[in-house]
Amino acid sequence: MNALTFTLKEPLKFSLNCQLLNPTHLADKSSSDIANMLLNYGNSQCRIDEIFEISGDDAQNILFKNSCDKLDYLGANMASGKMVIEGDAGAYLAYNLKKGEIHCKGNTLAYAACNMVNGLLTINGNTGDFLGGASAGLRKGMRGGTVIIKGNAGDRAGDQMRRGLILIEGNAGDYCASRMIAGTIGVLGKVGEYACFNMKRGTLLLTTRPKLHATIHDCGCHTLPFLNLMFKSFAQFKTKFSNIETQRAQRFVGDAACSGNGEILLILPAE
Amino acid sequence: MLINGVKIDDTFAEAFNMRGTRVIITAQNLKWAYHAANAMTGFATSVIGCGVEAGIERELNIDETPDGRPGLSILMFAMGSKVLMQQLETRMGQCILTCPTAAAFAGIESDDRINLGKNLRFFGDGYQTSKLFSNANGVTKRYWRIPVMDGEFLCEETTGMVRAIGGGNFLILATSQVAALAAAEAAIEAMKLIPNVIMPFPGGVVRSGSKVGSKYITMFASTNDAFCPTLKGVTNTELSPEIESVMEIVIDGLNFEDIAESMRVGIQAICDLGAASGVKRISAGNYGGKLGPHHFKLYEIMGKQAS
Repeated sequence: MNALTFTLKEPLKFSLNCQLLNPTHLADKSSSDIANMLLNYGNSQCRIDEIFEISGDDAQNILFKNSCDKLDYLGANMASGKMVIEGDAGAYLAYNLKKGEIHCKGNTLAYAACNMVNGLLTINGNTGDFLGGASAGLRKGMRGGTVIIKGNAGDRAGDQMRRGLILIEGNAGDYCASRMIAGTIGVLGKVGEYACFNMKRGTLLLTTRPKLHATIHDCGCHTLPFLNLMFKSFAQFKTKFSNIETQRAQRFVGDAACSGNGEILLILPAE
Repeated sequence: MLINGVKIDDTFAEAFNMRGTRVIITAQNLKWAYHAANAMTGFATSVIGCGVEAGIERELNIDETPDGRPGLSILMFAMGSKVLMQQLETRMGQCILTCPTAAAFAGIESDDRINLGKNLRFFGDGYQTSKLFSNANGVTKRYWRIPVMDGEFLCEETTGMVRAIGGGNFLILATSQVAALAAAEAAIEAMKLIPNVIMPFPGGVVRSGSKVGSKYITMFASTNDAFCPTLKGVTNTELSPEIESVMEIVIDGLNFEDIAESMRVGIQAICDLGAASGVKRISAGNYGGKLGPHHFKLYEIMGKQAS
């Protein structure tokens, strides 16, 4: 069986809601069923085969070719299978992802991994604001799973994140880990201002010291054996984070402005 | 049966169903791992008075422990799951949490889970934090980080609990106390190499084997007078005139096969010393086969070594 492949015929003018194009929803559907399905395109609807060339038949392995940032909600509500996006993706990539793997080889817009529950999302390029955040009206963002960003992330990465793991190999914007409830975010590059703003709990793992606001308190340098355990657990994801071997970290706790008990662990060289 | 001049009795050891668990203790170095493990397995010789029977199973290399530090694996056994849970939690709190640099992890996987750090976390008074880590197989485990004065106490939330067997045993009958103890020591050294078993008594050896019941109504166990050399003339003794000392080795384990194997290597180590060492007989303790469902028959265990 070949991967079910959607090749974008020509550049899109408006946003296309692709939430129906996931392994869970397309399972047991024939090629003609898939071709006839309607997607929301701008303020109208259009058939899938008007936008994509469709080939392959393995709905558990979906491939998008020539994709662009007009493709919103790719992998939304996905509960099984694997999706590869050869190109960019729009907003809400892996929205409410429950299980399975999504690999985007390009960049994405905002709200990647929004409300994500479980599974693995890998983005080779950059991603926009509110990575792992909550959709409008919700008080909890990402609730589980793993997100790996090889490039940079925008502002408010991990906003209201409740559980799970986000590893950013590049830089993160302002308000990283804002309103974070629990979970772990790692940033190998730099983070912008107001990191951990209104953070309740959770861990922000950094390698360079950011400019911190007054309500994040320095708790000194420590040897923390759990770091060894954590870096070992990263090994399965093939990320630069698994190369870290130190157990030394400088610990900052906050945000005291909301009686938060979250932490920034600034990774220090091994003794 | 005679092995190298040592008589093996045609009898069996009678053992009981227990519940068991394994905990991995790590520390900055092996010295402090031993401090923690020795405290945790202290006063854990017999369920009769201690609640649990516990011991150090073996040393662990840094590549065998979850946090990459030197460690030890501990086995702990009790007659029921409730007692095991209670004793584990108490000993974790008083012996591992308190020991500098020590950390604790699950050492056995099972659907039955018992608390390791699940309740200990409240010692953190709100400053404790948990972390979920998953391995390549997708198994996710929760760990607690509890702030303590030396840094952080790291502890896995639960460990597994499995069905186990306690009370495997054999008796060493020798012409002197010195000979009996030397033989017991040789046996223990060999038995320590077998996984999944512990010998919970001091140094692995018991001198006060017991029988069921007593002339005193408040006592449900009392000295095994049939094997007491100083009572040879006044009881229905099991000892021949030349026997002056008897030592017992008790084995608890996670399965029948490993207990049997540990008995085999222990008895073989004694037999290797030969009758000239003073050891004349190997026997075993049982209750006629009516109490324990597991019977370790010495002839079957030592069958291949018979001469």
